[in-house]
Amino acid sequence: MLANIFQYSFIVRGLEAGIIVAIIAPLIGIFLVLKRYSLIADTLSHVSLAGIAIGLLLGINPVLTALAAAVVASLGIERLRTSKKVYGESALALFLSGSLALAVVILSLAHGFNANLFGYLFGSIVTVTDSDVWTILTLALLVILTLGIFYKALVYVTFDEEAAKVSGVPVRLVNTVLIILAALTVALAIPIVGVLLIAALIVIPVVTALQLKKSFLVSIVYAEIFSILSVVAGILVSFYGNLATGGTIVLIMLAIFTGVFIFGKK
Amino acid sequence: MHKVDHNKNIIEVENVSFGYDRKENVLEDITLAIHKGDYIGLVGPNGAGKTTLLKAMLNLVTPQKGKVKLFGTDIANFEEWQRIGYIPQKAVHFDANFPASVWEVVMMGRSANKKFFQRTKGADRVAVEEALRKVGMWENKDRLIGDLSGGQQQRVFIARALVNDPEVIFLDEPTTGVDRHTQDSFYALLKKLNQDLGITLVLVSHDIERLTQEVMHIACVDKTLTCHVSPEEYLAESQSLHVRGEDVKIITHHHHT
Repeated sequence: MLANIFQYSFIVRGLEAGIIVAIIAPLIGIFLVLKRYSLIADTLSHVSLAGIAIGLLLGINPVLTALAAAVVASLGIERLRTSKKVYGESALALFLSGSLALAVVILSLAHGFNANLFGYLFGSIVTVTDSDVWTILTLALLVILTLGIFYKALVYVTFDEEAAKVSGVPVRLVNTVLIILAALTVALAIPIVGVLLIAALIVIPVVTALQLKKSFLVSIVYAEIFSILSVVAGILVSFYGNLATGGTIVLIMLAIFTGVFIFGKK
Repeated sequence: MHKVDHNKNIIEVENVSFGYDRKENVLEDITLAIHKGDYIGLVGPNGAGKTTLLKAMLNLVTPQKGKVKLFGTDIANFEEWQRIGYIPQKAVHFDANFPASVWEVVMMGRSANKKFFQRTKGADRVAVEEALRKVGMWENKDRLIGDLSGGQQQRVFIARALVNDPEVIFLDEPTTGVDRHTQDSFYALLKKLNQDLGITLVLVSHDIERLTQEVMHIACVDKTLTCHVSPEEYLAESQSLHVRGEDVKIITHHHHT
């Protein structure tokens, strides 16, 4: 039975893209979660939805327009937040509702791509194209490389921003880099789990790993294991059970979280 | 005001005034010089601006008036931050669930300055080990920072500050919420850093009684600089004020913890 699955190239593409996203998401997620910034993933995913709507309207690859929208919005959010005139969460709320409104208005302007849009909302491996896999792979390498360069500074800023600043770490640059990477990750994960579920992919494996109370590096390794496991299992289960892929992945993640939370180390 | 006799000022605060936003000034016309090898306590009541003064010396706040120099360089142009160690007040109130081992916390100190994008190297490992040994925490290197006692955590933060061989360490209320016995060994460690390693220490605290037994100089901050004296002079002065029946505001504030 299992041999059959690889006859379908869309499943192979889905697995490839899924594993790439599963590797990236917790790497960004661990910094966002520890900075109490989990909700930014949700906000950026709604911004990406507006980007996708623009892409579908103009006939451009929606992954690219989602990417552009998410990066621009992430810089706007960071700007608003550091201005201190708007609370961090309020900045997120402004962008979340604003971009959802924009997406809905654009979608009401143009009809005829509703089926496609459903895939972007909830994620569907059928919508992953070869060009998506290449886009995702390229961006993933960019994200990993940048994280490698900024890793130490990111850990320091996440743990103690003030002390990091005194140590000469360019805190503002590091925060901007993180939020842009978050935007890239959200936009590139959308074809896999969909706009509505991307936040889960970034947040849940990390929150699960944090329950185990390990060092930073070991926590990342555990988050990676939970993430890849959930995505691969989710894709396979949804294929055989004819279920929505994104939802299946998230439910598996939540099941792992529940198990770890109950039986994990105190 | 007591004039410090010294050969080299490493921190110079000149006529500094600072206020948050457009509100009333927190600091007003403060002039203070700290020389190499000094061990100085910044004291004053809560809200008197002592932490703000410390932040001004670290470029974490920018004074509206006056200037601050570190090692003779105007703070705006100062780049050799590896010469400076800092232990924020927050260090003792950090997120206890943060997933970091003692080793990882001290290694953070090595992300300083232009090295921030480099990979961990042999020199970093050696520096981290040395710093942890100096504070007696090497055996705990693999434990999680959140699992340590308050006193042990402080030692780790000292190690993080030590990891770049700094010439001066700034500490903001380091003994808050730590029991008497732990405080004793903490102050003993500070004395060792100051006397054996020649590290200049700038310490903010409201525990004046204790500070007078430890430091070389006391600077009283209450918006302005109200004294800059030796502990003996401070005690003598507050004694005489007391005898004359004047309100010694500062000395009544050492019970907050």
